[in-house]
Amino acid sequence: MTDIMLEARGLTVGYGDKLVVRNVDLAVRRGEIACLIGANGAGKTTILRALSGLLKLRAGSVRLNGEEIANRPAHAIAARGMAHAPEGRQIIAAMSVADNLRAGAYLAPSAAEISRRRDAALARFPRLKERLTQQAGLLSGGEQQMLAIARALMADPTLLLLDEPSMGLAPLMVEEIFSILATMKSEGRTILLVEQNANAALALADQAYVIEAGRIKLEGPARDLIDHDGVSAAYLGG
Amino acid sequence: MLLQQIINGIVAGSAYALFALGFTLTFGVLKIVNLTYGFYFSAGAYLALFATLHGAPITLALPFAAIAAGFIAVFLDSALLSRLRRQQAPELASLMVTLGATLFLYTGMTALIGSEIQRFPLGLIESAPFRFNGASISLTQIAIVMTAGLLAAGLIGVLRATRTGLAMRAMAENPQAGELMGIDTGAIMRRVSFLCGAIAGASGVLIGLEHNAITPYMGETMALKGFAVIILGGLGDVGGALIAGLLIGLLEALTAGYISSIYKDAVGFLLLVLTLWARPFGLFGRASVRRA
Ligand SMILES: Nc1ncnc2c1ncn2[C@@H]1O[C@H](COP(=O)(O)OP(=O)(O)OP(=O)(O)O)[C@@H](O)[C@H]1O
Ligand SMILES: [Mg+2]
Repeated sequence: MTDIMLEARGLTVGYGDKLVVRNVDLAVRRGEIACLIGANGAGKTTILRALSGLLKLRAGSVRLNGEEIANRPAHAIAARGMAHAPEGRQIIAAMSVADNLRAGAYLAPSAAEISRRRDAALARFPRLKERLTQQAGLLSGGEQQMLAIARALMADPTLLLLDEPSMGLAPLMVEEIFSILATMKSEGRTILLVEQNANAALALADQAYVIEAGRIKLEGPARDLIDHDGVSAAYLGG
Repeated sequence: MLLQQIINGIVAGSAYALFALGFTLTFGVLKIVNLTYGFYFSAGAYLALFATLHGAPITLALPFAAIAAGFIAVFLDSALLSRLRRQQAPELASLMVTLGATLFLYTGMTALIGSEIQRFPLGLIESAPFRFNGASISLTQIAIVMTAGLLAAGLIGVLRATRTGLAMRAMAENPQAGELMGIDTGAIMRRVSFLCGAIAGASGVLIGLEHNAITPYMGETMALKGFAVIILGGLGDVGGALIAGLLIGLLEALTAGYISSIYKDAVGFLLLVLTLWARPFGLFGRASVRRA
C-alpha cells in the first residue's frame, strides 16, 4: 500500500451549468493532516462534498487507498473508511446525543465495537457525556460541533474530512477544537481539514492547499505557506 | 347501549389507525404526503378478493394482498417520486404528482373491474359475533383492533430500538447526513415504501371484510379520514396516529349513537380544526427543536 491515502486528480465539479471547482489535484498522505484554505465561496466545501460522494464529478478521478471511488454513492464511500463531518454540523436535531453517536457507527460490525468507539469518543469530548440523553438540537453551537466531530469519529474512519470545525465558535472553544485535532494527529489519524482559521490550520497541518475561485492557487508544506507573502496578505491578516 | 357504542368506536378507530400507520410512516420517513397511499388500500382489497374468488383461504389471501400491495408501492414510489427526490423538488410537486397518479390509478381500476360493489365469498370468515352483556363484536373486528395495536407497538419498537429504525429516523431529518454515515438511504426508502404499501393493503383487506363491500374508490374515502388522523396525531408520529384514530372513531360512534348519524363524518374534522387551532403541530406535536 502506498503512502498516499487520498488522491484526487483533475477534480472538476459544478452546480447546474456553472463549474465551481476546476481541475483540482490534491493528495492526503497517511497519518498526516492536509488543509484547504481560501476565501468564502472559493469552492472548499464543494471539493469535500465531491470527495465524499455527495456531489457528482464533471471530470477527474478520486482514489482512496488506491481504489477508484469517483461517483460512487456516498454511503459506499463511507463504507470504504471515509467520514465527512459536513459544513454546518448537520447533526440530527430531533435525536438524542446518544442516538446521533450510534448513527455515526451505523456500519460498525458489532455492539461491542460501538460501545468501544463510544467510550473513546466520550473520553475525547467529556461535555457530551453529560448530555447523552439530551436532544441534539438543544445543544449549544460548540457542543453541536463537538457532536459532529464525535459522530464522524464513531465511524472509526481511515480518513476524516472536516469542514470548518471551528465555525461560529468562541475563541476558547476554537482553541479546544484545535487541541483535539492536534491530539488526533498525534494518534496518527489522517485528516483533510477545511478552515477559515488559516493561522491555526497551517500551524497544525502537514500539507496545505490554497483554493481561489475553484482552482488551486498555491500548495506546499504548511509551514512554508505560513511564511508565504501572498498567503499571509490574503488569509493571515497581515 | 353505551358498551356497544364504545366497541363500535374502538373498532372504527382501530380501522382508521391501522390505515393511518403506514400513511404517517410514509410522511415521517420519506417526507412526502403520498396520496397514492389510498390506492394501495383499494388494491389490497381487490387482490384479496381475487385470491379468495380463486379458492384461497383468507389466511393466504391476506398476506398475498399485503405483499403484492407492498411491491406495487415500491414500484410506484420509484417510478413517480425518486426523480423528484433526487432533484429536491418542492413538496407541492410530489403532492401534485401523487394526486395526478392517484386519479389515474382509480380511473384505471374502475375501467378494469367496474365500479359496482363487490363482496368476499360467503363463509370466508366466521361471521357469528361474540356476544357479552348485550353487546357484540365479530372476529374481523377483533382482528382489526389487534392488528392496529400490535402493528403500532411493533413500528414504535422498530423505530426506537433497531439499527434500521435508527437509520430511518436519521434519514427522515437529513438524508445526506445519513448517507455520510453509511446509510444506503435508497434501500431504506424502498423498505419503508414496501412496509407502508403492505400496511395499506392489509388494512384494505380487513376493512373490506368488515364492511363486506369493495369498491375502487374505497381508498379515497379512507384517505380523507386518514389525513385527518395523521394530522391530528402529528405527521410522522406512529403512536399519535393510533391515539388519534381511536379518538376520531370513538367520537364518531358516540355522535352517531347519541346525537345523530348526520354529524358522524363531520365531527372528526371538527376535532381536527379545533386541535390545529390550539396546537398547530397536532395533539402531541412539539415545536421544532432545531437550533441554528
Ligand atoms: N447548491 C449550490 N447551488 C449552486 N451554487 C452553489 C451551491 N453550493 C455552492 N454554490 C456556489 O459554489 C461556489 C463555491 O461554494 P463552496 O460552498 O464550495 O465555497 P466554500 O469555499 O466552502 O465557501 P465558505 O468558506 O463560505 O464555506 C460558490 O460560488 C457558491 O455560491
Ligand atoms: Mg464552505
